[in-house]
Amino acid sequence: MAERVGIYVCHCGSNIAGTVDVEEVARWAGQHIKDVVVSKDYKFMCSSLGQAMIEEDIKTKGLTRVVVAACSPHLHEKTFRRACANAGLNPYLCQMTNIREHVSWVCTDKAAGTEKAKALVSASAERVKYQRPLEPMYVDVNPATLVVGGGIAGLQAALELADAGHPVYLVEREPSIGGHMAQFDKTFPTLDCSACILTPKMSEAGQHENITLLTYSELEEVSGSVGGFTVKIRKKARYVDYDKCTGCGICSEKCPRKVIDTVFEAGIGERKAIYSPFPQAVPRIPVIDVDSCLYFTRGKCQVCSKVCPTNAIDYEQKDELIEVKVGNIILATGWKLFDCARMPQYGYGRLANVFTNLEFERLCNAAGPTNGKIVLRDGKTEPKSVAIIHCVGSRDVNYNEGCSAVCCMAALKLGHLVLEKTNAEVYSFYIDMRTNQKMYEEFYQRLLAEGMHFVRGKVAEVTDAARNPDEQGKLIVQCEDTLLGRQRRIPVDMVVLMSAMEPQADAKELGLKCGISCSMAGWYTERHPKLDPVATMTDGVFVAGVCQGAKDIPASVAQGAAAAARVQGMITKGRVMIEPIVATIDEEGCSGCRICNNLCPYNAIEFDEEKKVSRVIAALCKGCGTCVAACPAGVITGAHFNNQQIFAEIEGALWDAAAAKTEEETATQSVSA
Amino acid sequence: MSKAKGKLAVYWAASCGGCDIALLAIDDKILKVSEAFDVVFWPCAADGKVHDIEKMADGEIDVCLFNGGIRTSEQEYMAQLLRKKSKVLVAFGSCAHEGCIPGLANLNNRQECFDTAYRDTPSTENPQNVRPRHETQVPEGTLYLPVFYDTLKTLDQTVPVDYYLPGCPPEADRIWDAIVAILEGKLPPPGSVIGSDTTVCDECPRKRTEKKIKKFHRTWEIIPDPDTCLLEQGLLCMGIATRAGCGALCPQVNSPCIGCYGPNNDVKDHGARMMSALASVIDSQDPGEIQQIIEEGIPDPVGSFYRFGLAHSLLRRGKLAADGNGHK
Repeated sequence: MAERVGIYVCHCGSNIAGTVDVEEVARWAGQHIKDVVVSKDYKFMCSSLGQAMIEEDIKTKGLTRVVVAACSPHLHEKTFRRACANAGLNPYLCQMTNIREHVSWVCTDKAAGTEKAKALVSASAERVKYQRPLEPMYVDVNPATLVVGGGIAGLQAALELADAGHPVYLVEREPSIGGHMAQFDKTFPTLDCSACILTPKMSEAGQHENITLLTYSELEEVSGSVGGFTVKIRKKARYVDYDKCTGCGICSEKCPRKVIDTVFEAGIGERKAIYSPFPQAVPRIPVIDVDSCLYFTRGKCQVCSKVCPTNAIDYEQKDELIEVKVGNIILATGWKLFDCARMPQYGYGRLANVFTNLEFERLCNAAGPTNGKIVLRDGKTEPKSVAIIHCVGSRDVNYNEGCSAVCCMAALKLGHLVLEKTNAEVYSFYIDMRTNQKMYEEFYQRLLAEGMHFVRGKVAEVTDAARNPDEQGKLIVQCEDTLLGRQRRIPVDMVVLMSAMEPQADAKELGLKCGISCSMAGWYTERHPKLDPVATMTDGVFVAGVCQGAKDIPASVAQGAAAAARVQGMITKGRVMIEPIVATIDEEGCSGCRICNNLCPYNAIEFDEEKKVSRVIAALCKGCGTCVAACPAGVITGAHFNNQQIFAEIEGALWDAAAAKTEEETATQSVSA
Repeated sequence: MSKAKGKLAVYWAASCGGCDIALLAIDDKILKVSEAFDVVFWPCAADGKVHDIEKMADGEIDVCLFNGGIRTSEQEYMAQLLRKKSKVLVAFGSCAHEGCIPGLANLNNRQECFDTAYRDTPSTENPQNVRPRHETQVPEGTLYLPVFYDTLKTLDQTVPVDYYLPGCPPEADRIWDAIVAILEGKLPPPGSVIGSDTTVCDECPRKRTEKKIKKFHRTWEIIPDPDTCLLEQGLLCMGIATRAGCGALCPQVNSPCIGCYGPNNDVKDHGARMMSALASVIDSQDPGEIQQIIEEGIPDPVGSFYRFGLAHSLLRRGKLAADGNGHK
């Protein structure tokens, strides 16, 4: 029996109707597409009246298939599927045609747009006839959550979930949680002590009964899908027994090997070969850096082992792979600092007194290598003048096109600290001053009043080549002052580069493990930049903090909490619907060649050694079609995207507009004649 | 098999003759064939005249096993004639089914084919540059040769075909299976390939694991391990994408499948299928390295992936002869 197809063409106000003659599309479809029983246009199909119209037609006109030509299925597929379901039609017998994003928004010629819309409607109408009813599946949501990254965003997310009573695995690759915030002295614009507001959260996370802290650990592999992920985590060997160690710190104190700490101290301080990155570290358990430890490199020393009061040192310890099961994953992996040596004109690495902002943060920090004294690289001389250069590696097409969002405020904060702690003059070289959050502009006004100098212009060069006696022995900042309209050379003792925030070097790799993608700049891609900033295109995987895009502490905290709220929603709901659009393997036809086995990005294909055939685990399959395309025998079928449906769609789309037009004109002429 | 004797025709067009030999490879079972059928036409094995066929009633031949592709006007005529006279027309073997090796000449046009055959090959001595022509004037009158078309077509690109028997040539056992099916009237729906619905791996005893290919080797470069999947060892084995039926003969003697049985059911383009399967198991994420793996290991993609199926594939001619395709 022929299907009875209903076609509904949406105006979307003038969004579609402005560039597509929707009445004509509806009229044409009604007359020319086979098996079409109803073809209508309507102002807003997604309105309750529009939906009611579909429901009514299904009931009274006996429609068996529905095509809605409107916006992207991302927006309203659920809406129209629900409308069909309300009228008793299987929701998968409804097909959406995108004539907004794919036609009206990318088209200026109304006649051409109308023809394209007809072709797309024709494609959907031909395919929808071959669509089959599908039944959704449900899986339970494991209430445990994996949070990757123990910076402020991850901490916030972990604590929110743990406080709500749900188990959390918090994975951090450094020996301690805390992230970049633990390195700072003060936070803008309130000038709270960074450690004072962060460490209570750290110790709370460390002691929380619902949080399993996995520091010095990295995510190895993720399998499964929303509601039921299985995650392999590598716990790197600390060479210190976690249970025996009391965190007394005597091992670090007695360790004879000192090395430059390039992580926590940003390269301007030292640590020992056995170390805990900072006094408030959580956990307090140190780790041995095997690359610098004398015992590991030369085979003797073992001082730490001798002095340890609890015999906690274990040189034989090995990396440990553990497996945890979680329902959701939150990535809060943060950022890394732009390598300023990539901009040789600023002299970083060549001119001693050029510092990165992170180095400078450590200089200012009372717990830092200089006990908070702002001094030159020699460790004793207080600078008489300091230049702070904005946008180093950001807002620059050669490095990172985007704005790092925090540097203007951080520069103001650092300027304030210099003015507070020294008698130095402070110059800020900025392109635009961006102080657009609560109390930020006020902080800028405060620095103007405090006497920080502001020069508007991008610095061309920092050099030590003096041109006159005043510049002798100084670093000269060469810049076009765009407000004065002339070149300036400002001699200073010290230069601070406000370096860009960049995605972590392995962000993409980690994203792939979790099935999410990165933007061109390398930040994780959210599901919707405005309306869904912490969800991703992979259900059950959320992002929070700077890994999603440069942002400051309040915004990171807000995202951490938002991601936790989304996860809590999933946990409360208890089960998630899984689209029945999955692949199936015809076991009769499968020759067990195993091409598909390691392709599946969701690890949904298993091999039956006994029958020598591959099989899709429906609950894990996301219907991506990779295996369908790869199966050399052509025996994997993607439900909702089978060959018959796709070929029908192609044939519908290739409907010949020109031929049909001539035909119609001839018909009209013969009628009028 | 007690019915009245049926009528059988066997014809060859653009093919090597191997299919006719394969038909005889069913050994003494050929006697059973002759018990069941009168062989009314089989130019390779018995004398027969085209005008005898022309005089037959439409549909008088019960089964015609047609091997070879359609390259000339004569072959085209014979295909049309035998179609008309036969109840069941079987595209027998890879040439009729998919174009096979003669179909690879579709990479070139007629002009280039003639240049190769009548000028460029080292064994050719042709100082007057004589080329085959449709019409040749001689004192006695006009001589005609069949028109050599620019494009080789498969049988079903020329006339409607009822069944396909794949293989270059089809294996004797499969031929016998098909004959039995015909005799017993147990044929699949028209348009089907008579054969297995799975691929060569199903018949291949080698051990397979998950596939990751870092480098492709030509067959002369390595001596493969006899127990492990050849593809996993970097040999371009078409078995994964090729219809079963041969019993995995080539892989069993340490030689990769070259794909003569064509694609599995519902696969429209053998080469494209194989390429998309391979593309997914190349073990690299780096575009430069992937390119290198492909270029070094697969120097002749058409010859590797479309050796048998070019004429029937979705690939379309880029090079038609300047004077058209020769089809009238």
